[in-house]
Amino acid sequence: MFKGIAASSGVSICKALVLKEVKYNIEKKNIEDVPKEIDSLHAALKLSREQLSNVKKITENKMGKDNAEIFEAHLLMLDDPELIGEIEGKIKNESLNAEFAVKSTVETFVSIFEQMDNEYMRERAADIRDIGKRLLNNLLGVVYRSISDLEDKCIIVTKDLTPSDTAQMDHEKVLGIVTDIGGSTSHSAIMARSLEIPAVVGLGNISEVVKEGDLLIIDGDEGLVIINPDIETLQRYKNKHEKNEQAKQELKKLMDTESITIDGRKVELAGNIGTPDNVLGVLKNGGEGIGLFRTEFLYMNKENFPSEEEQFNAYKAVLEGMRGKPVVIRTLDIGGDKKLSYLSIDEEMNPFLGYRAIRLCLDRKDIFKTQLRALLRASVYGNLKIMFPMISGLEELREAKAITWEVKQELIKEKIEVSEDIELGIMIEIPSAAVISDILAKEVDFFSIGTNDLIQYTVAVDRMNQKISYLYDPFNPAVLRLIKNVIDNAHKEGKWVGMCGEMAGDTRLTPVLLGFGLDEFSMSPSSILKVRKCITNFEYAKAKEVSDHILKLGTAREIENYIKENIL
Amino acid sequence: MKKVSVTIKNKEGLHARPASIFVNTASTFKSKINIIKNGDESKEYAAKSILSLMKMAAAEGDVITIIADGEDEDMVISKLQSLIEGEL
Repeated sequence: MFKGIAASSGVSICKALVLKEVKYNIEKKNIEDVPKEIDSLHAALKLSREQLSNVKKITENKMGKDNAEIFEAHLLMLDDPELIGEIEGKIKNESLNAEFAVKSTVETFVSIFEQMDNEYMRERAADIRDIGKRLLNNLLGVVYRSISDLEDKCIIVTKDLTPSDTAQMDHEKVLGIVTDIGGSTSHSAIMARSLEIPAVVGLGNISEVVKEGDLLIIDGDEGLVIINPDIETLQRYKNKHEKNEQAKQELKKLMDTESITIDGRKVELAGNIGTPDNVLGVLKNGGEGIGLFRTEFLYMNKENFPSEEEQFNAYKAVLEGMRGKPVVIRTLDIGGDKKLSYLSIDEEMNPFLGYRAIRLCLDRKDIFKTQLRALLRASVYGNLKIMFPMISGLEELREAKAITWEVKQELIKEKIEVSEDIELGIMIEIPSAAVISDILAKEVDFFSIGTNDLIQYTVAVDRMNQKISYLYDPFNPAVLRLIKNVIDNAHKEGKWVGMCGEMAGDTRLTPVLLGFGLDEFSMSPSSILKVRKCITNFEYAKAKEVSDHILKLGTAREIENYIKENIL
Repeated sequence: MKKVSVTIKNKEGLHARPASIFVNTASTFKSKINIIKNGDESKEYAAKSILSLMKMAAAEGDVITIIADGEDEDMVISKLQSLIEGEL
């Protein structure tokens, strides 16, 4: 049994298809027929372009434009006059064979990019290597073992899967992915998750151990791979696989149903997203809106702040993608542990209590205003709600609202259309805001409770600190009381309350939150159907009873046990 | 031969996406187009090459000089200048 990194969940049982890397042995040769060599170079270039255009088209159809963008860059590189000029030069002036000319030129470019001092450029070295490999394959007439047209179902076993491999894969036939290298955020892991193919990565040398045709079990939840299992193990996993499939089918039935209790209390189940691409996942899982769009991704892994236009396009894409369903976009939450290479922040003793989120935005109004302009401009493309993070008191809320108003007036003056129905709300994640939520509720349209930070700040526990992480507990009675309080205070002012922390997707707590009167639950898209199942099988009256009772209990364990005994 | 100098105002610099737009536009002209960065004439970069432009790594605030030589050089200069000044 091999243990690796669980990269995409689910169980698969199938025969292995081992993809071995093609090893080249390219010798430097002197050639006589230069035009012939140039011709074969151009034939290989042409073939590579055709293949890549095809990959791009397939990816666009299957996974959306954003995932396909990388191949546009590959195509431009294949057309690059400098790259081709240098290869041709070597053939013409030094009478070198095309293979060697390609190999050495690509290596030169790769090393130039690898030495650049910015991460983005260094990553491009992998792109150049990828197109170099394709070009060489085509030049040598090596038929790259295609996984786009498979005869039988299989689990792919390989050293590493490039993005173009993953994109070209025949998704009907590939039941699982197993790789030697990679992590849970590597490109192929992300793609495997979006295609819902179980994957285990980072297994060391599994591609050398597994032989073609071996029977494999992969468990993408535990990160396990079992080669040629015994009958008992096989049966156990067959049962698990079947159970998973049944549960999936059951949940799929809830795709288009409302999130409504037996006795008629209706709530909204929404998804948390980080990029416009994630919209698809929310819709595929029956999400009724976006409860949290973290905008940080627009700012991370970059050289400088994103332009207004770039932000506008991202916000517009999400709003249009959700077709009029509510979309809560949170303004920049940077600082703390999230740093930007191009924004220097002084070393802080307690970054989580420091210069971050709205505090930073109110100090750097230039950054804040650019984001607000982009948001307001995008507002006409859907149902936008803007949310300010890390609000600790009324002053910050008023200032953030005033700046938003100012930006709106500027846009109106420039004759740019802005929606009239944008709701403005705040995250409740700092205890001081929760305590005065009765006052704050009068000046917002909604609250969204950020439970991850709220627990951390209320209990004064750093959840990264292993020694005390037991204190980080969603059943903590003080946290639950605060949540109840916030919901009551908002409802007194006729405002709605959502929750976008991990608690919102935790089915152990769904009845309690339902009973508290929470209006919107926003979670990772893959949890939506599970929570919906829980809600549609429950009575609001019963939920209220349970949640009233637990408010009287004194410890987290008492609360957890009471819920277990009275609900499950 | 025509020349013009412009300052990069785009916060992203002339990387990635802006660079591909620039290359695609430059490639529509017949003229030979080269670029030098911050007046350093020892290094010329080809405007029609994505790899070359990426190597140049022009950031916000850098001044680039576009040098066009050919029958449509006037068009090249006006088009590429307005592309950069339009904060590409």
